[in-house]
Amino acid sequence: MMQIKNLKSCQRMAGFFIKSTLLIGIVIGIILWGGFNWTLELTNTEQFCISCHEMEENVYQELQETVHWSNRTGVRATCPDCHVPKDWSHKIIRKIQASNEIFHKLMGTIDTPKKFEEHRLELALHEWKRMKDSNSRECRNCHQFKSMDLEKQDERSAKRHDPHVWEAMDGKTPSKTCIDCHKGIAHHLAKGWEEAAKKAGLQD
Amino acid sequence: MKKPLLTIVGTLMLLQSPFAMAEETVTISLKDFNALKSLCSSLKGATATMATAPTRTKKPVVVASSKADTPDIGKAVKIASLRGFHALDKEAKEIEKKKQFKSGDGIKRNWELQPPSIPHSIEKDRITLKGNTCLKCHSKANHEKEKAPVFSKSHYITRNMKVLDKLSPRRYFCNQCHTPQADVDPLVKNSFKSNTIKLDNRLMDKVEK
Ligand code: HEC
Ligand code: HEC
Ligand code: HEC
Ligand code: HEC
Ligand code: HEC
Ligand code: HEC
Repeated sequence: MMQIKNLKSCQRMAGFFIKSTLLIGIVIGIILWGGFNWTLELTNTEQFCISCHEMEENVYQELQETVHWSNRTGVRATCPDCHVPKDWSHKIIRKIQASNEIFHKLMGTIDTPKKFEEHRLELALHEWKRMKDSNSRECRNCHQFKSMDLEKQDERSAKRHDPHVWEAMDGKTPSKTCIDCHKGIAHHLAKGWEEAAKKAGLQD
Repeated sequence: MKKPLLTIVGTLMLLQSPFAMAEETVTISLKDFNALKSLCSSLKGATATMATAPTRTKKPVVVASSKADTPDIGKAVKIASLRGFHALDKEAKEIEKKKQFKSGDGIKRNWELQPPSIPHSIEKDRITLKGNTCLKCHSKANHEKEKAPVFSKSHYITRNMKVLDKLSPRRYFCNQCHTPQADVDPLVKNSFKSNTIKLDNRLMDKVEK
């Protein structure tokens, strides 16, 4: 009798243990998950990006000369708007890639303006490649081609924005994307950028 | 102790007063004007009695003349500064904002060999030691796909009249010669008439030889 009783209580104990573990697990999970996403969000701000002087002294200063910093309508683009994907899976991949920046931070790869300038072309090429591969996904988070009024654009812009030439029309894959034509919109261009981009097949 | 200080301050105030209060104009005869002039020149050694009691209540006197043969000295003129006739402690008049003039067909040239004005925004363009973004569209290699006019042959000529196969260094800084235009009425009318000599051809002839 005792044994059976014990067994029953044992089972009950085990059940309780499993349930509570699950519960605690879920709670911890939620906290961790939340914390994870919270840190993810925290590292997705301009303040975070420019907490490194490498980013603050060079590219951030240059951004301030451009239309993406100050314009007629007062809409601003921050670093993650252009550099970090919005959707979760792409974001995680980019974040993991970006942990490489911490290594180079420690190595001091670009810790002076001179060193930054020496590496700029290489970094820019990475960025152009990334944007080309994603069909300029980040630009399109804000600029919808279908919302552009070519009538209102400068003649020069409208001439080049003819979607028949390069957009994905009638199920065709697009031949061109924003970054093909819009390099150096946010930062200074490195010396010899055009030749390098053409060589890498990244320039229109 | 007090006296020399007063002298200095007084002298300064007196010397200043015609300018400091130059709000109203009074016309005086040339004779009076000359008298005033000699008075002014003798002011350097102004006595203490004169200086301690500067006549600030007097209307300030600016120059005057009624004679036609001395047109400049003596004419009472008021010249507006760049901020107009506004007092220094008041905000300047708001200026009317002007938009840049843009055109898809370019801007008409006024004479042969005029560097054409830029008919589009150049805010995004940077001309630095590292690069020149105008070339992104206007160079020989890119102009066709960018649907932009290519810069002409004259841009390849060095100052020694040598023709290079790339942009001549003296043409590197485009906005030395080419500038955007604002859509405004000119303050001063321009009666310039274009010449008809084809300087451009002459220049090219010289180079070819
Ligand atoms: C820990 C300091 C640090 C922070 C914080 C930081 N960066 Fe960087 N970043 C670097 C360094 C160092 C490099 C150079 C990496 C290399 O040499 O490959 C770099 C390179 C880059 C590049 C070029 C990437 C490439 O593939 O070559 C981009 C784009 C960039 N950072 C954007 C950002 C953005 C956006 C943020 C904010 C979300 C940010 N960085 C935050 C240090 C930092
Ligand atoms: C956060 C939203 C946002 C993102 C992301 C963004 N832009 Fe913009 N972009 C803007 C705004 C806002 C303006 C200014 C509109 C105006 O004139 O008021 C602008 C203006 C521009 C202009 C016009 C420049 C000028 O001088 O008139 C170009 C070209 C442009 N963006 C290209 C890009 C490209 C290429 C990307 C991707 C690398 C990109 N943008 C990403 C919001 C964004
Ligand atoms: C075939 C080349 C090309 C492609 C591809 C291209 N653009 Fe442009 N775009 C231009 C040119 C040329 C201009 C006018 C000059 C300039 O601003 O550099 C322009 C101008 C603009 C302007 C300013 C418009 C105005 O007149 O105020 C915006 C905004 C812009 N582009 C956004 C984009 C976006 C977003 C994409 C991708 C969906 C894109 N462009 C793709 C060539 C291109
Ligand atoms: C409007 C979109 C946009 C914004 C906003 C933006 N960037 Fe970029 N960034 C680019 C593009 C496009 C490139 C690729 C190189 C180029 O075309 O100039 C680039 C390149 C870079 C590079 C590589 C070095 C270089 O000069 O090419 C770094 C580092 C970088 N960005 C960091 C930042 C940081 C940090 C911020 C925020 C202060 C920021 N970016 C904001 C679009 C943007
Ligand atoms: C995005 C391409 C592009 C860039 C960059 C560009 N232009 Fe242009 N430019 C054009 C186009 C296209 C035209 C023809 C008129 C139009 O459509 O606006 C033109 C017209 C001109 C003209 C008038 C030519 C004529 O015969 O009337 C001049 C001058 C000029 N550009 C100078 C410049 C200078 C200087 C810069 C650099 C500060 C520059 N452009 C940058 C595309 C460009
Ligand atoms: C020293 C003055 C000077 C500089 C610097 C200069 N140009 Fe010119 N440009 C001229 C003159 C003069 C003309 C008109 C006569 C001619 O066509 O040679 C002209 C004509 C042009 C035209 C019209 C050509 C045509 O056939 O209609 C373009 C486009 C142009 N320039 C672009 C540029 C660009 C881009 C730069 C910078 C890389 C530049 N220019 C630098 C003086 C200059």
